[in-house]
Amino acid sequence: MPTPIDAVNSAAGWIEDGRVHGALYSDPAVFKAELERIWYGSWVYIGHTSEVPRPDDFVAKHLGLMPLLMVRTSTGAVRLLLNRCPHRGNELCVSTRGNQRTFTCPYHAWKFSNDGELLGRAFPDGYEGLDGGALGLAQVPRVGIYKGFVFACMSDDAPPLDVYLGAATAAIDQLCRNSPCGEIELTAGFLQHRTQANWKFVLENECDGYHPAFVHSSIFSVSDSGIGKLYGPHSPALSRDHGNGHTEIDLRPAFRELDRPLAWFGTDEARLPDYVSRMNQAYGVAQARDIMIDGTPHIMIFPNLFIAEIQLFVIQPVAVDVTVQQVTALQFKDAPDLNRRMLQQTVGSVGPAGLLLADDTAMYERNQRGLRASQPAYLYLKRGVHRERVAEEGGGRVGQVTDEVASRGIWRHYQALMG
Amino acid sequence: MNDGTGLRTAIEQFIFREARLLDCRDYAAWEALWTDDAIYWIPGGDGDIDPEKSMSIIYDNRSRLGLRVRQLESGRRHAQNPPSRVVHVISNIEVLDDHGTEITAVASALTYESNLRGETLWASRNEYRIRRSEDGLRLVQKKVVLANSDKPIFTLAFLI
Repeated sequence: MPTPIDAVNSAAGWIEDGRVHGALYSDPAVFKAELERIWYGSWVYIGHTSEVPRPDDFVAKHLGLMPLLMVRTSTGAVRLLLNRCPHRGNELCVSTRGNQRTFTCPYHAWKFSNDGELLGRAFPDGYEGLDGGALGLAQVPRVGIYKGFVFACMSDDAPPLDVYLGAATAAIDQLCRNSPCGEIELTAGFLQHRTQANWKFVLENECDGYHPAFVHSSIFSVSDSGIGKLYGPHSPALSRDHGNGHTEIDLRPAFRELDRPLAWFGTDEARLPDYVSRMNQAYGVAQARDIMIDGTPHIMIFPNLFIAEIQLFVIQPVAVDVTVQQVTALQFKDAPDLNRRMLQQTVGSVGPAGLLLADDTAMYERNQRGLRASQPAYLYLKRGVHRERVAEEGGGRVGQVTDEVASRGIWRHYQALMG
Repeated sequence: MNDGTGLRTAIEQFIFREARLLDCRDYAAWEALWTDDAIYWIPGGDGDIDPEKSMSIIYDNRSRLGLRVRQLESGRRHAQNPPSRVVHVISNIEVLDDHGTEITAVASALTYESNLRGETLWASRNEYRIRRSEDGLRLVQKKVVLANSDKPIFTLAFLI
């Protein structure tokens, strides 16, 4: 049997098709290797441009364990600055958001522009003959933006962002189409939900269509949301692996059967007249109807951006057994009546007290504790292997919604990155 | 009594009773304390937010509060299965205002929780709007501002 450290050198013996070793969730050496190869070696979601709408806005973010400042410079460019003074390593900025053109380190008053340049050192006579040109703030070298979604990559080896996102761009397009002017905004602020579990338990659960019938049975039994039926063994919805670790629960087959606009959101046109009229105006009645039948996607963009119909989650790894889920309500530009409903439904469902997410999080923590028992060594992810297939439409590989197509897809990509 | 001692005692007793019902998980009796226009609110961020525009940890009207209680009573609320063992310690109670029909009071609370994950201490400043009704005092609004609502916090699935 391989020792855990082997997993860092070669994931081969630890990830088989449909079987993964428990140490991948619990070994600190694996977590350390993931930071280098996934979080600092591939593309990672950071934030949305709507969080820094005006010149000189900034907001504090994370990339793996690293604190970042996502800034909009005075000229309008989005940059990702590492939040560390190049002088003695002081945490440069402790505000979580704001608007300012410069950052001054409180330790020795070194001053930087919000595009990272060193503007001045206090008592400059002590630096006579010493060039400060190389002493600007470190920045994420590759910043990619797709429809306002800002991604970071610390490595030169990863492919361009559009290649990396691949079919996931279609899901982002689908999301934005549900906004009357094609834009989403993140304006409601984030809840931060901490869990005593490895980040991959969170990642895999997002597109696990097998668990809702059991984990969420309490809320299905006391409210008439209709969500439960979508995740049954006879649902036409699909579990999808888009490749590159991106996975999706494609509920459109179920919504198209229902053929009712806004059924995806558990409501109807009569309750959101303002939104419907803006959609009709923007797209024409026929196309607006199709958009409002399909609704928004349920997609997990590897490794940390989860768009869940009306919510956006960011998975933040903290330690091998500690993860934070940042969550906010999606808001559409110019859709006040829909936005109000999306916010209140999100607040009810997610976060530390969420009627749904508190139970998911209980499962992550039980997963992590369960691994303390060393046998059987492998987790079993073979549900639906016999019916997994190349998709007839929509791309990727698909299976019935309760099948573990998504988990298998995640681990294939993980193996490619870590191997 | 005109010096407010009687009112303060009545409000303290009401707040202590509410806390005891939660600690004993007497959800039915707790739910009966609320008026029909109830709001049970735990703000997100730094606590000073507009709940119509920003994320709250809980922002329940009477209907959703009932749903939350029924979910707990279903026996399948996994995050409370087994239920957390909880002790509320409430102090620093001040009656701020008496409008006749409604009274506003504030308090500080330390709430100890023990569950499968471990032990968690929750600190909060609570604000209460309490209404005089024919059936006695009733809770109109309870706002629980957690001292760490701007930080990553563990699951909060018991009623605080």
